[in-house]
Amino acid sequence: MSVETLLNRAPIAERFGGAIEDLGFAHGVHAFAAPPEMIVELCRFLKEHPALRFNFLSDICGVDHHPDAPRYEVVYHLYSLPNKWRVRIKCRLGDPPRVPSVTGVWRTANWHEREAWDMYGIRFEGHPDLRRIYMWEGFEGFPQRKDFPLRGYKDKLNPFGAEGTPPTQPDLATKNIPQGGPQGGRSTPAA
Amino acid sequence: MTEVTELSRSEGETLDTKEVLLNLGPQHPSTHGVLRLVLEMKGEYVERVDPFIGYLHRGTEKLAESFTYTQIFPLTDRLDYLCPPSNNLAFALAVEKLLGIEAPIRAQYIRVIMAELARISGHLLITGALPMDLGAMTALLYAMREREMIMDLLEMVTGARMHTSYCRVGGVREDLPDGFFPKIREFCAIFPNRIRDYERLIENNRVFLKRTQGIGVISAEDAIDLGLSGPNLRASGVDWDIRRDEPYEIYDRLAFNVVTREEGDCYARWRCRVEEMRESVRIIEQCLDQMPEGRFQVDLPTVAFPMDKDRVHCSMEALIQHFDLSAYGFKVPKGEVYSAIEAPKGELGFYIISDGSEKPFRMKVRAPSFVNLQALFGASNARYLADMIAVLGSLDPVMAEVDK
Amino acid sequence: MGGVNNAIRDSVLFTTADNVINWGRRSALWPETFGIACCAIEMISAGCSRYDLDRFGVVFRPSPRQSDVMIIAGTITRKFAPVVRRLYDQMPEPRWVIAMGTCAISGGVYNTYAVVQGAETFVPVDVHVPGCPPRPEALMHGFLLLQEKIKKSRALAGTALDRVAGP
Repeated sequence: MSVETLLNRAPIAERFGGAIEDLGFAHGVHAFAAPPEMIVELCRFLKEHPALRFNFLSDICGVDHHPDAPRYEVVYHLYSLPNKWRVRIKCRLGDPPRVPSVTGVWRTANWHEREAWDMYGIRFEGHPDLRRIYMWEGFEGFPQRKDFPLRGYKDKLNPFGAEGTPPTQPDLATKNIPQGGPQGGRSTPAA
Repeated sequence: MTEVTELSRSEGETLDTKEVLLNLGPQHPSTHGVLRLVLEMKGEYVERVDPFIGYLHRGTEKLAESFTYTQIFPLTDRLDYLCPPSNNLAFALAVEKLLGIEAPIRAQYIRVIMAELARISGHLLITGALPMDLGAMTALLYAMREREMIMDLLEMVTGARMHTSYCRVGGVREDLPDGFFPKIREFCAIFPNRIRDYERLIENNRVFLKRTQGIGVISAEDAIDLGLSGPNLRASGVDWDIRRDEPYEIYDRLAFNVVTREEGDCYARWRCRVEEMRESVRIIEQCLDQMPEGRFQVDLPTVAFPMDKDRVHCSMEALIQHFDLSAYGFKVPKGEVYSAIEAPKGELGFYIISDGSEKPFRMKVRAPSFVNLQALFGASNARYLADMIAVLGSLDPVMAEVDK
Repeated sequence: MGGVNNAIRDSVLFTTADNVINWGRRSALWPETFGIACCAIEMISAGCSRYDLDRFGVVFRPSPRQSDVMIIAGTITRKFAPVVRRLYDQMPEPRWVIAMGTCAISGGVYNTYAVVQGAETFVPVDVHVPGCPPRPEALMHGFLLLQEKIKKSRALAGTALDRVAGP
């Protein structure tokens, strides 16, 4: 067990106690599991604590554990530039998946969370602009979920797709972003 | 004969402009690929920019869940297509960490040489493309001349100019060929002079300087908050390089400088890359001097092919091993890993969750260009349309990496 | 009556006109700078000094309105396909399409939910250049094949002069 891991763990255990589960140190990264309601507090603590200073958000990743339950997971990878430590925070979510957004802590979380929403349907509450980033306007379904077929669903333009239709999901747009161009405009922002 | 009337305006009257939505792309000579920017403009002044990406989203991550680990290497090639050997290295390192193995030392040196050649290749393109975006087209032709030399080297080793798929889990696919060493030493001897050529060509050009100096300044705090990495971050004064701070492969045995600049403008980002090319040449020369003899693939029959292909044709066990690995792949123990390297664009990370089978359960690519592109509006002093192009060029996004 | 028609159409007047017009068209094929993905880099390499495409009369034009040929270089996603179609529609006739790379020909290795399996599903393609990515020499070969195709085509087919020759 290296010195870094002890330093990583102690302040977190002091502050949050049993709410944050320590998953151990593996392959250069220390991992913690946190419940969704504590994510923002934990991230802000990790960023602002004078000894920890995890000021760089490397990545936010969505995972689908279908058919296991709880089905979804959001994984945050943080890096401390002054200390050169890495930490991973895992947050397991049920169905439908909701977790508070960390865009207030690091601005870079904006597009990572949009990607997780687009690919998995994980709703980030408090995100300033949660709309699809990769898929086109009007696309139904969340492609990287385990029950979404790799080749998509069969329609007029996709003859190789699987039979059936994706389950209808409401598209979330928190702001009316001006569109234009080939995809056309959106008439109303979804609630 | 029509009368020519002059537009008269009274004293102190200003020209009233309405806000205009301008759509730039996705097909445009200067958007570095299929990027669409919707700009809210008041005359020439950009109030707000909204990048639309996803025009090259190919489903790499979902596709990787149905490929074996060796089959994913060609997919990683096509992420940042300017420097494929670098992406291969990142993925190989991630899987090796999960397996708990290490490539032989010779293979590590070879992989580092390939990665640094890729770094030079990637930086060369932006050294030529940024001036081209700003109007100086000659720079690109000169840069491509050197890239052709690098592609010749890559072709000599791997057989392909661009998508090399050279790394394997546990080493590389083949050893370096005989004629390689003289050729790469020749390249390392010529290249520093060529960098000086670029500097003399572009550095003192008043138009280039006017369009890049003081434009698109990103402060150090903003850069960290926006998640910038690589030359973009170092140009803002933050001294972070994964090769030095979290060394992987044999970077801890090499001496190189980490190039930082203080200004954080477009010129600083461009200059950082030019200096990094010089450092890469130094790294390659050190690798060539230090490279030992030895295996180029790890000695694990469960993971790697036999090094000597003749054995596959003559020995039954080797044949079965080869067939088994090609047809089914190797199983990776259950676990997860996040492994990042210093790619030419920044921090390229692979987060792989393995469920014990030969295909990954989840593969997430932390693409540096995806995060760098967010900084497009975080840069201040870049409020005119022409400046927006300069900032976009200096951030150097590669759309295949942004869209995965 | 058909024999007389063909005799007029294949006469020296029309065939010479065809030859001259086709020579003009194939010697100055102006493509649109339309790099989508990795194949764009090989296209740029083909246009640069070593594999100079300029000697074939190929000058890259930024606007579709000023170009003769569209080189679809890269993977076409379903999000991007309407844009490609719109650019194709904006090109004035005569226009040709070169599908460069296996992704443009048939979707390549990406048989996924987001990728169109080939440009031919929505634009007519004249020349396919296989490879992933094709070497610049392969692209040059593609251009030469296109030039051969243009050489053999009837330039005046469908024009007013053709109608003069008879129904």
